Amino acid sequence: MKTVSRVLAAAAAAMIIATPMAMGAGKYRTPEQHNWSFNGPFGQYDRQAVQRGYQVYQQVCAACHGIKHLSIRHLGMPGGPFEYLEINGERTRFPNPNDNPAVVAIAEDLFPIEDIDDIGDVIERPRRPSDPFPYPYANEAQGRAANGGAYPPDLSVIVKGRHYGANYIRSLLMGYDQEVPEDVDVRPGNYYNPYMPGMLIAMPPVLMDDMVEYADGTPATIEQMANDVTYFLAWAADPHMESRKSMGFMVMGYLFILALLLYASYRKIWSRVKH
Amino acid sequence: MTDENTPEGGGETRRDFIHIAAASMAAIGGAAVIWPFIDQMNPAADTLALGTTDIALGELEEGQEVTIMFRSMPHFVRLRSASEVEDAANVQVSSLPDRLARNRNLDDNAPATDDNRSALTAEIADGVEISDDLRRSLLVTSASCTHLGCVPTEGAGEFGAWFCPCHGSHYDTSGRIRRGPAPENLPIPPMTFISATTLRLG
Amino acid sequence: MSGPSTYEPKTGFTRWLDSRLPIVRLGWDSFVDYPTPRNLNYWYTFGGILTVCLMIQIITGIVLAMHYVPHIDYAFASVQRIDRDVNFGWLIRSIHAVGASMFFLAVYMHIFRGMYYGSYKAPREILWILGVVIYLLMMAAAFLGYVLPWGQMSFWGAMVITNLFGALPLIGEPVTQWLWGGFSVGNETLNRFFSLHYLIPFLIAGVVGLHIWALHVPGNNNPTGISVKTKADTLPFHPYYTVKDGFAIVVFLIIFAGFVFYAPEVLGHADNYIEADPLVTPAMIVPEWYLLPFYAILRAVPDKLGGVILMFAAIGVLFILPWLDTSKVRSMRYRPMARWFFGFFVVACLGLGWAGAELPDTMVPGLGALGVDFLLFGRVLTVYYFAYFLVILPLLGFVEKPSPRPASIEESVLNGDKPAKAGAAPAAQPAE
Repeated sequence: MKTVSRVLAAAAAAMIIATPMAMGAGKYRTPEQHNWSFNGPFGQYDRQAVQRGYQVYQQVCAACHGIKHLSIRHLGMPGGPFEYLEINGERTRFPNPNDNPAVVAIAEDLFPIEDIDDIGDVIERPRRPSDPFPYPYANEAQGRAANGGAYPPDLSVIVKGRHYGANYIRSLLMGYDQEVPEDVDVRPGNYYNPYMPGMLIAMPPVLMDDMVEYADGTPATIEQMANDVTYFLAWAADPHMESRKSMGFMVMGYLFILALLLYASYRKIWSRVKH
Repeated sequence: MTDENTPEGGGETRRDFIHIAAASMAAIGGAAVIWPFIDQMNPAADTLALGTTDIALGELEEGQEVTIMFRSMPHFVRLRSASEVEDAANVQVSSLPDRLARNRNLDDNAPATDDNRSALTAEIADGVEISDDLRRSLLVTSASCTHLGCVPTEGAGEFGAWFCPCHGSHYDTSGRIRRGPAPENLPIPPMTFISATTLRLG
Repeated sequence: MSGPSTYEPKTGFTRWLDSRLPIVRLGWDSFVDYPTPRNLNYWYTFGGILTVCLMIQIITGIVLAMHYVPHIDYAFASVQRIDRDVNFGWLIRSIHAVGASMFFLAVYMHIFRGMYYGSYKAPREILWILGVVIYLLMMAAAFLGYVLPWGQMSFWGAMVITNLFGALPLIGEPVTQWLWGGFSVGNETLNRFFSLHYLIPFLIAGVVGLHIWALHVPGNNNPTGISVKTKADTLPFHPYYTVKDGFAIVVFLIIFAGFVFYAPEVLGHADNYIEADPLVTPAMIVPEWYLLPFYAILRAVPDKLGGVILMFAAIGVLFILPWLDTSKVRSMRYRPMARWFFGFFVVACLGLGWAGAELPDTMVPGLGALGVDFLLFGRVLTVYYFAYFLVILPLLGFVEKPSPRPASIEESVLNGDKPAKAGAAPAAQPAE
């Protein structure tokens, strides 16, 4: 059985290594690895970057891309970018996003939401933290019509919904400034982007230097904005990552101790018999 | 051959200790794992966040009542007539079955006077002007009978306000229990006047 | 369940209960004083691990059903809500999703162990067949469950698998429409899949009960394949195997938790985080890893009906395995030739999994120079898969000369798990 186990392990390893090659039809360039703050078993979100990324999303992406699975209050949830605020120079935690002044301010600044008042009239009222973010289209057909037939995907879970996740999003956003190879035929309404499967994308290059003004004074280069908005989207796709990892650390520690105790108990019990 | 087939042979304490430690550790883990499975049934974050409901008061006429939903529960909004307010104000608190106001805008031990039950207790947002008479005549209470949760019928019962058809609880024009099996006055939600004609619950 | 019961109720209440509902006696005889061969290795802990897997899947599944909405307009959003807003929803869904993979990982170990040590051979044929039934039900549950999040892979996986039935002559179209409840995969399909996905785990639990029953009548097989002869061959299940299984379960849970907390998405497909779109098929549809070998067998045949038949035959052949293996010796520990063919069989299964994950016309790395693409690769391995069952095992029983075996489990234990030395072994081995 020992030989068999070894062969099994080797074959399993070969399969795992081989899997990425199975992804997607059409050629594309493998995205660049970036050193994200959330990489690794102890990685956390860089909240400043997520905040800046939200600003980029709102000022640049939101015109075409919705985040329909998020509500505004999520920005202030535990693990969210606005959970802690600097109030009079002190870092203050807001356990309830509904009371979070930054979240409330963001909600009120957004496009008003349609609602029905208590006598049945359709009204527009300012958004509250419990409301969803405004969606750019009433329906998919409208979204296609507004974008030359290509429907801009929802970005709520885009980082989980793409191979290579955050690295892909970042590389894609920075990947426009490339020379078009001769064998690629860029049709009208398409742009060359080597990171997109098939290398053609309907989204025009959107990021330009200094197109947003960061509140914290960070220079808004294309790379900075691509990094930041990817941080935001990574958080949006996996908002519980930090509690997941910290809980994982405790669970693993517990299981290791339990395994050791059980192993000691097992050895003790089996020491009575030859086996 | 050192075969000992009896599972409980021997009595060294170290051996016992290691088994007890392993079993206790496993029990601790088992207990800790239960919590997420219990907590998942508590209201989720989106449910908790649906905190507020705005009521437009402009359309409400004296003596009129509407039932609105607040946090998935029906609530009565009643613009009481002067005589209804007077009836309620003349009742001695000491004669009530439940002497507490049950008003989320007040302390838990506030007495159940009519002023303590009406929208006089509502917060007023900065810069909003609203007359005391209007506030006094406005009553917002839960529409769930404090007995077992039925919605009382408007304008019925011995006190001219609400009567619960399920088990016969009578409420007065201040939403206080006066007779019947219900133990408490109808509770009053947190209220804020955010404009002269809009009351926000929550 | 096998042999006379050793349970003796000690208190008045237990005596009272025992004469009315002997449930304590059942538990005692099955899991406390159950005589278990003393030489079971760690490959034998997967039965206990699988029980834990089934319990985890049922408990987390019931919880998820409290929050999930089986409607095409809300399913994806309700899964997002579970991940974002439900208290510990992200954890419970992650356990359930990873748990499906861990369940299959354990069941494959369990099946391969049974095949290596000949646990399917008489008198354990029914036990083996019940196991194959459980495996079939698991595949159905996994497929149905994968449809529920209503992502792209859910939708197109459902489309492809249900369309397999369209290969049936004459009744193909009515059967697929019957499965769908419409003219394509739609809301009706999602609703019935949810209902069936909730049902099947309880069927599995029932068959697991029969499986354990059928195990406890002849008793466990063991790495030597030699039947238990005397009491010296066995140990009481508790505490010897409770603690060994317990340790193995915790080690398994460490791997499980590693996935849940540090790589919850690695076993799934990114495309399933894109909401189902009946207008756009993902660039590449592949099933979950545990179904890939069957997918490769399906694609190995150029004909649609032929592929479907062969894929079901790949599972069907497992049912008759007890009668295909003609050897008198159970354990491959003493079968020098069968051991190698079995090793190749395991590699072939892994290779089929690999072939199932790749596009058929891409070249196999390292074999591209020989012109071997994954289609050919899959075909060769498919041939071996069936040959193993239908040719090799039936013939080996006549061709192979088994190596000497110990006279009893006890003797094997004393010899340190080595086969008895030549000459020391009894000359004639009666049927075990």
